[in-house]
Order: sequence, then structure tokens, then C-alpha cells
Amino acid sequence: MLRFILTKLLYLVPTMLGITLVAFGFIRLLPGDPVLLMAGERGVAPERYAQIAAQLGFDKPVWQQYLLYLNNLLHGDLGNSLVTKKPVLSEFLTLFPATVELGLCAIIIATAVGVPVGVIAAIKRGSWFDQISMTGALIGFSMPIFWWGLLLIIFFSGILQWTPVSGRISLMYFFPPVTGFMLIDSLISGQAGAFKSALSHLILPSVVLATIPLAVIARQTRSAMLEVMGEDYVRTARAKGLSPLRVIGVHALRNAMIPVITTIGLQIGVLLAGAILTETIFSWPGIGKWMIDSISRRDYPVVQSGLLLIAAIVMIVNLIVDLTYGLINPRIRHK
Amino acid sequence: MTDTTVKISDAAIRRRQIKEFWFYFSQNRGAVIGLVVFVLLVLTALFAPLLAPHDPTQQYRDALLAPPFWAEGGRAGFLLGTDAVGRDMLSRLIYGAQYSLFIGIVVVAIALIGGIFIGLIAGFYGGWVDNVIMRVMDVVLAFPSLLLALVLVAVLGPGLTNAMIAIAIVYQPHFARLTRAAVMGEKAREYVTAAKVAGASNLRLMFKTILPNCLAPLIVQATLSFSSAVLDSAALGFLGMGAQPPASEWGTMLAEAREFILRAWWVVTFPGLAILISVLAINLMGDGLRDALDPKLKRS
Amino acid sequence: MSIFSPRILAVSALALMAATPLSAKTFVYCSEGSPEGFDPAPYTSGTTFDASGHAVYNRLVQFKPGTTEIEPALAESWDVSEDGLTYTFHLRKGVKFHSNDKFTPSRDFDADDVIFTFMRQADAKDPWHEYIPGITYEYYSSMEMDKLIKSIEKVDDNTVKFTLNHPEAPFLANIAMPFVSILSKEYADTLDKAGTREDLNNVPIGTGPFKFVAYQKDAVIRYQKNADYWGPAPKIDDLVFAITPDASVRLQKLKANECQLMPYPSPADIADIKADPNLKLDEQAGLNVGYLAYNTTVAPFDKPEVRKALNMAIDKKALVDAVYQGDAVVAKNPIPPTMWGYNDAIEADKYDPAAAKAALEAAGVKDLSMEVWAMPVQRPYMPNARRAAELIQSDFAKVGVKVDIVSYEWGEYLKKSMEEGRKGAVILGWTGDNGDPDNFLSVLLSCAAATPGGANRAYWCNKDFSDLLAKAKASSDHAERVKLYEEAQVIFKKEEPWATLAHSTQYVPMRKNVTGFVQSPLGDYTFENVDLTE
Repeated sequence: MLRFILTKLLYLVPTMLGITLVAFGFIRLLPGDPVLLMAGERGVAPERYAQIAAQLGFDKPVWQQYLLYLNNLLHGDLGNSLVTKKPVLSEFLTLFPATVELGLCAIIIATAVGVPVGVIAAIKRGSWFDQISMTGALIGFSMPIFWWGLLLIIFFSGILQWTPVSGRISLMYFFPPVTGFMLIDSLISGQAGAFKSALSHLILPSVVLATIPLAVIARQTRSAMLEVMGEDYVRTARAKGLSPLRVIGVHALRNAMIPVITTIGLQIGVLLAGAILTETIFSWPGIGKWMIDSISRRDYPVVQSGLLLIAAIVMIVNLIVDLTYGLINPRIRHK
Repeated sequence: MTDTTVKISDAAIRRRQIKEFWFYFSQNRGAVIGLVVFVLLVLTALFAPLLAPHDPTQQYRDALLAPPFWAEGGRAGFLLGTDAVGRDMLSRLIYGAQYSLFIGIVVVAIALIGGIFIGLIAGFYGGWVDNVIMRVMDVVLAFPSLLLALVLVAVLGPGLTNAMIAIAIVYQPHFARLTRAAVMGEKAREYVTAAKVAGASNLRLMFKTILPNCLAPLIVQATLSFSSAVLDSAALGFLGMGAQPPASEWGTMLAEAREFILRAWWVVTFPGLAILISVLAINLMGDGLRDALDPKLKRS
Repeated sequence: MSIFSPRILAVSALALMAATPLSAKTFVYCSEGSPEGFDPAPYTSGTTFDASGHAVYNRLVQFKPGTTEIEPALAESWDVSEDGLTYTFHLRKGVKFHSNDKFTPSRDFDADDVIFTFMRQADAKDPWHEYIPGITYEYYSSMEMDKLIKSIEKVDDNTVKFTLNHPEAPFLANIAMPFVSILSKEYADTLDKAGTREDLNNVPIGTGPFKFVAYQKDAVIRYQKNADYWGPAPKIDDLVFAITPDASVRLQKLKANECQLMPYPSPADIADIKADPNLKLDEQAGLNVGYLAYNTTVAPFDKPEVRKALNMAIDKKALVDAVYQGDAVVAKNPIPPTMWGYNDAIEADKYDPAAAKAALEAAGVKDLSMEVWAMPVQRPYMPNARRAAELIQSDFAKVGVKVDIVSYEWGEYLKKSMEEGRKGAVILGWTGDNGDPDNFLSVLLSCAAATPGGANRAYWCNKDFSDLLAKAKASSDHAERVKLYEEAQVIFKKEEPWATLAHSTQYVPMRKNVTGFVQSPLGDYTFENVDLTE
């Protein structure tokens, strides 16, 4: 097992190197010049331009810049933002919890709703519940979530005024960030109503972000259940006279969950992509919005190190999914 | 002599396969509905100039943000209302179908061809070639697709063509992986060995012998990619990186409409609905295709 | 460790605050973006200046609220020498810097602070010049302060003498701008000792009406009233900036009373805001201009008659309606009507496609096809360049001129639009920095600006025009300057290197119970006089 993990980790090294190359290379290819963007409508004199470019290190040959970048990376220095002049890593760390909170909440909603719906749909195959829920899942799967988010805002925030429009918590509440997760921090703060406020801010964006994973999980659960229920050992269990609940609960569900867990794990990429859109719509201060803003501002260091960090997270999560899959899959173990 | 007999039976098998395929496909009510909607969509796109009541770029400056005809203040001349510069929504939506289909087709074509080519090479040659190619694919897959497409578009410059290229590049590894896996599976089969012994060239082996036998998963993936391409290009358009105004691409229309979300619901609602319906239709078809093509799922 | 320090500091400041309940009067401002930092000197965006320069700091002199007139601030008074080369500032006494849990000032504001503020920007050898890697002082150099200021001397603790290289009338207006907000030298020394120099940019200490409390990136900034403020005490106890980049979201929050005032409403929402009984709308002509600049070095746009003919073909009224939703005035001069020196006697271009067509033919222009460049970003002076370009396209089509609309990524756009021999006319605009006509005319239309790195995108170099500007800049006689600028506008109109499109109106929506907010013609948002009635 350890060897398995080590090989997997070793495989990550060239990929990571490739990612730095891609992140760095793309950024150098970006048209548009951060120095000019800083100057804006006014323009910048050629001498001044050269001066600033030198200060930012843009005057060196590209390969030197790359080696310098790699060297800095190895020393844990991801560069400074051109716009705010602050270290990229510290900006990432302040914004990342917001995205994680949103993503976790979305995946919890997607799993908590998707798995039972899929199981019931499989058990009652062909029933109205199956048909309606699977149609719903397909609609969810086909949903342009940026539009879906706008519709929810119009309805719940605009017409009904049930939920706040944007942000993470009402400005009435004010407490130090301990974990960076607003739900937990609001509990720790002990201020009455803070948790409720944080929750009401979180609900619409997480529902929007959960839409596609929910649909995928429900469909995957259903088909995995159907497959497992057709297997011999489930039939045997049934024939042995075990109660249907026990058959489904213990035997079928446990085995059907293996591909479902993989599916859930693989939604991380979908979630991060979705976070870009969701955070834009709801003005959620997370890394998705940060990346979009930085791309449009040509904030080279932020974009390249941001890409790197996000890719690293995706790969690590995928690795964990891989390992869990190996751990829990009895068929693999038996072989 | 034997050669011809093989060919005839081949054709007969194909015909039977198609018949069988259609049987399973038409069993699936959703798939048929999806197909019908999709055909309608294609017809709309093809005959847009005949169907659209107005020129999609014509600005009626006396009718800015007119609501749909049934709402208060609506006009019969603009069935679904007008946008902020007085362009007819219905006509823009109809022309928008052209963009979406075009995007879907081009993206899938580029991704499919590129992916098959790369996948075939990796799977067929194996060894270090395979290793290098697959590591590169890993790199591409490590990024969330929309994020990578965004950065690519930023590099290439915002616009429809570049958005399509970016999305195709991002999708391409899926096809490459599928092809590679299929090729690896097929390579050891008897008919390949037989062809090899018969002296078939590598190229012939790859494209004529192996490829046709791994088409099923590729077709399913292609339909999936088609709908994702429509969604992702709309998302890029929404973020201002896709088709540029005044193009009546649905995502771009949504981006332009965003500032009117509280004032003119129709400019927000209809383009999104158009995206949803087209993507849904394609996905329904995709489900049907998968059920009909994938023998394993057919059983359950 | 160092990367976490700003956060820890913010946390401790928050912890202090959390102990006290929120005070009675909290004013929430839905700001349009995150500040880039809290040191106003290295940045150029109004968003940053609102959050740092205006709330936390003061300058030697300041703009009188609602005007571009100069009034005393940290300098109580000043003397200008006969030749206009020396300015002696007499500093206000007893002005206290803010304190926080890491810093308590031991002395009042004095001349050292002024010198620190200017020298760290002026002198590349100053230890604070590059206190954050890659930091630059864009405003200081683009306002040409480096070329203007010869020396700064401390006469005594409360007197500072500036010596200039040449007389310059807009100097006082320049030093009223946020980039020369006065920072505390003592605070900088304290940070230096603590090894947390970057906190100069994270945890600001100023003399301004509000004390900085905490900033959560991309979400919220909190301030507290400065009880020791030297000016009239702020009427609100807590000031909060709720960062909300999306205009329609800002409006929703305003309607829900989640904030009490917002900047930059979407033009589409103005009618809705006017109809809302809980809101009121303050409007003022903005200090800006949106224009279409021809390249006057390329045929046939080198001929004034061609440019004038094309200008006649543009239906500016329709453009104002569709692009600005009617919230702008049609522009006839390159400077806005609210600015002193505006020449109202000048006649606007008439919209007359038939005459335009005839004039083009008379000039020998046939089958002209051209590019119109549409900027990819939204600006107050041009809310939707794409839409404007489309309108111009259809207007020009009516006089037989074919238009291709092109656009580039913003940085690229700025660069390519300044390339010599550029084809096509460029849509762009300008918002005033300091309310001086020179800040429009010299920057955008002088010969000096018609070079790479300048901003004269018409590449229009008229000797008489530029001479008038130079004369006006060196003069300290206001009436004379007015006359010179009026003359310059006559030359501009005769030549028309641009199609002047519009001066947009600035709207500030707020709750009905907000009082005391005065719009700044420069687009600043300041809250020291704001109050909330029940």
C-alpha cells in the first residue's frame, strides 16, 4: 500500500512541473501589459515604462524568469500580486476558506439529497418518483448555473426577500475570523443570530453550486444501485430470506457506494469551475472570483500561482479519491 | 474471394447493428423527445433568416426594452420583447441557435479529431510515447476546465473562435484517454494480430482496423461534450470572454442583460431558457445513445 | 511568519472591537470594489482612495466639499513667492494621529511627517521608497511631481518650504490629491523596529476623520470615528464599507437597507431608484468626457473638414439615450461644463446626415471604410463602448461610411490605441484628477502628449493650442487662465480632432434618511459630514 502511494506521489512530480510550465507559459503569452494597465488612460512614458518593467523583473529573458520563479516556489515564495503588492499565498489563504465553505456546503447538499433520491429511484424503478427525479436530475445536469443563480436571486432575494443578495454574513455581526469558516466562526463568537445570518447567506450560492453535482450523484447512485441489485450476491441474500431493507441497506448500498464515492470525489473540479461562476454572481469573496479578477487585471503572479495552487488541490483530492477507492473496494482487495 | 464475402457480411452486420441501435434508442421516450427538439433546433438554425421576424442586429430605437407581447406595454411586433438597444429578442434567440450548434459542432470536431489522434498514438505505441502524452493530458486535466478555458481565452484574446479553440483543447484529453484505453484493449485481440500478420501498415491498423471498434464510447463522449461545449461557451460569453456583442450568442446576451435583471426579466429569462432547453435535448439524446450503444447498461 | 502578520494584526484589532457592542450610529456604504491597499501613494484607483486617502488621511490642502476649490487642511495657511517658485506651508498645530493596539503616537503631526510623505515617493534612495517589493508611485510620477519639485525643506516643526523648478498653477490642486496623503513618520519608524513594514499598507494610521479598524479582503472594511479629529467631528460612530462589485446587487442591498449609500448605479436602474419612496438620488454633472478620437495623422482624417463631416453624422442625442440611458449631456467641448474655463459660447455639432454626406463628397471622400475601436471595459464616462460603437456604425452607414468595430483586451487597447499610424477612431474618455482644465487639455490634446507614452490618441498636434496651454499653466492669474483656456477650446472646435460624445451624469443613490452627503465633482466618496436621521 505504501509503495502504491509513493508511486502515485512520484507520478505527481512531472505533472506538477508541467503545471508550473503551463501556468508560467500561458501567463507570459497573455497579451496586455500589466504596466500599461496600471497607467490606464493616461499612458506611461517609455523611460518610466522600462524602469517599472525592470523593477518587476519583466526585462529578463523568459527562461530566466521561469527559473527564478521555480526557485522561489521551492522556497515557498509564490510571488506578490501586482495590484495589491501583497504575497499571493497570504491572499490565497485569506480567501480559500470562503471557497471551501461554499464547496463543502454544496457537496453536503448534493450528497444528502442526491444519494437518497438515487437509491429510492433505483428501488422503485419505473415509478413516477423515478421518472420525475431522473428528469429533474437531467435538467439539473443541463443547467447553465450562472443563469440559475440569477433566477434564484430574482425570486428569493428580489421578490420574496427571504435571502440576502450577497456577502457571507450580515454586517451587524462582527467577530474575529478564527477558522475562516463563517458558519463555525459565527458559532464561536456566541453572538445571537450570527449563525442564522451566516447560514442564510450561504444557502443560495451553495444550492446553485450543488445543482450539477447533485444531478450527477443522483444519476450515478441510481445506476450503481441498479447494477448491484442485479448481482448474484444480492439475489442470494434475497433468496436467503433477508428483509428487503437489510438487503438494500447492508449489501446493495454498501457496494453501490464505491463508484458513488469516486463520483463525489471527482466533483471537486466541477465545483471549482462552478465556484468561478457562483462567486461572480453572488459576490462571494473566494478564490474563483479572485482568479477571474486577476485574469482581467493581468495580475501575472496571482494567475500563475493561483493556477498552480488550484491544480495542486485538484490533484491531491484525486489522489485521495484513488486511495480511498483502493481501500474500500472489496473486489480489489479480494483480488 | 474470401475478402469480398467478409465485406458483405460486414455490411450486413452493420445494418443489423443500426437496426438494433434504433430499436433500443426509440424505446427511450426521453431520447426521442430530445432528438425531436434537437432536430427542431437544427432547423431553426438553418432557416433562421426565414423564421426570424426581424434582423437580429436591427435597433428599433423607439422600442427600447419593450416587454413581451402578453405583458403590459408589450407589442405584437416584438413577441418576446426587445433588449436595451431595441433589438427583437425572438429574432436574436433564433439566430443564437446558429451560434450554439456551430460551437458544439466545431468544439466536438476539434476535440474528437485531436483526441483520437493523440489517443491512438499513445495506445498503439505505448512505452515512453504513451507516458509523455498521458502526463501532458494529466496536466490539462488537473485544471478545472472552465478555469483553464478562461486563461486560454485570455491568452488568445476574447472572441468566439478563440473560445471554441480553448474549450476544444480542454475537452480533448477525455477523447484521448478513451481512445487510448480502447486501443489498449483492442490491440491484443485476434483480429488485430491477424491484420498485423497479414502485413497491414501501422496507419491502416490504427485507423481502419482498431478505430471503428472503439467508436461507441467516443460517440457517447462526443454527445456529452457537445452539450458541455454549449454550456461552457455560454459561461465564457457570460463572463465576457466568449462571443462578443452584438453577436446574439445566448451567453453573451445574458451577460449584456445582467444589468437589467431587476427591470426587464425577459432579457434575462429567455436566453437562459434557450440554453437549458438545447442542452437538455442533447443530453436526453446522449442518454438514449449510451443506452443503445452500451451493452452493459442495456441489461439493467 | 511574516505573511501572516497582517492577518494576526487584524484579528487582534477585531478582538478588541468585539468586546464593545456596535454603536448606535453605523453607516454602511456599498463600495464598488476592494481597495488595492491602504497606502494611497502607490495606487491610482478611486476605490482605493475612498477607502484610504479620504477616510483615514488628510493632505496639506484639500478640495472644499462639492467643489474643486482648494481650502486649508493640515496646512493652516501658505505663502507663495512672487515668482511662483516657493510655497511655504504653515502647518496646523495639535493634530493627532490615530492610535491602535500596536501604536500610540507620542507627538502631534509635524513637518517631519510632511517630508516623509513626499520624500519616500520622490527619492529612490529613501529607505521607504520600495518598502514592498515592486512598489511604484504612479501618481507622483504621472502628475510630474518628480520634475516639478526641486526641494522640500523643514523650516521649523510647523513650517515646510517647497521649491519648484518652474512656476505651475495646478500645484496646489495636485497636492490636494489623495496620493500625497500625510502619513506618520513615527508610525513608519515603529513598524521598522517591529519588522512589519508592510503594515504601512495594511493597517493605516492617519489624521483623518475615521480610524481604520479591520479589513476582510473582498468583503468588508470597518472604521471608527476619530474622536480627536481636528476638523468638525464626524456624526456617525462607525463607518462600514460593504464591498459589492455588482451594480444591481448594490442596489438590492440599498433597497433592503443593508447599506445606506452606493456609488455607480447602473444607468438602467435610475428610473427604478427615482420611483422608490425609500430612496433618494443625488445627481451631478460628472467631471468627465467620453470621446471618439480620429487619428489626425492618417488620411483622410488629417483633414478637419472630413472630421467635422463625420461628427455631423453622429446622432449624439440618440447615443446619450441608448448608451447612457439619457443620463449624460451631449458634449461640445473637450472639458465638462462644470469645470471652470468651459467655453459655453462654442456651438455644438449639428446632427445632419445629409449635410455630412455632402461635406464628405466635397472633401473628395468616397467609399470610406474605417475602424471604430470600442473599449472592452465600463467607465463612468463610457458605460458601454460596444453599444456606442454600434450606434456610430449605423450612423456612419447612413452617410456611406462603412465601419468595422474592433476591440482588444484593455491593456492591449490602451497600448494599440497609442501606436503611431493607428488605423481607425478610438472610443475613450477621461475623468478629471484635480479639477484643473490643464488636467484634461494638456494630458489629452497637447503636442507633448502626442508621443508614445502620452495620451493624445488623436495624435493631434496644434502649435497654437499647445502654446495657449503652456501659457495658462505658468500663469497664476485665474482670470487670465480662464481666457486662455476658452481660446484653446475655440481652436479645438475649429479642428475637431475628436467627436466629443458626452459628459455623463454621476448619480449617488442613498436612503431617504441620509443627510449631509455632498457629491464631489472628482468622484470621491467621503463621509465625515454624513449623518442618519431617524
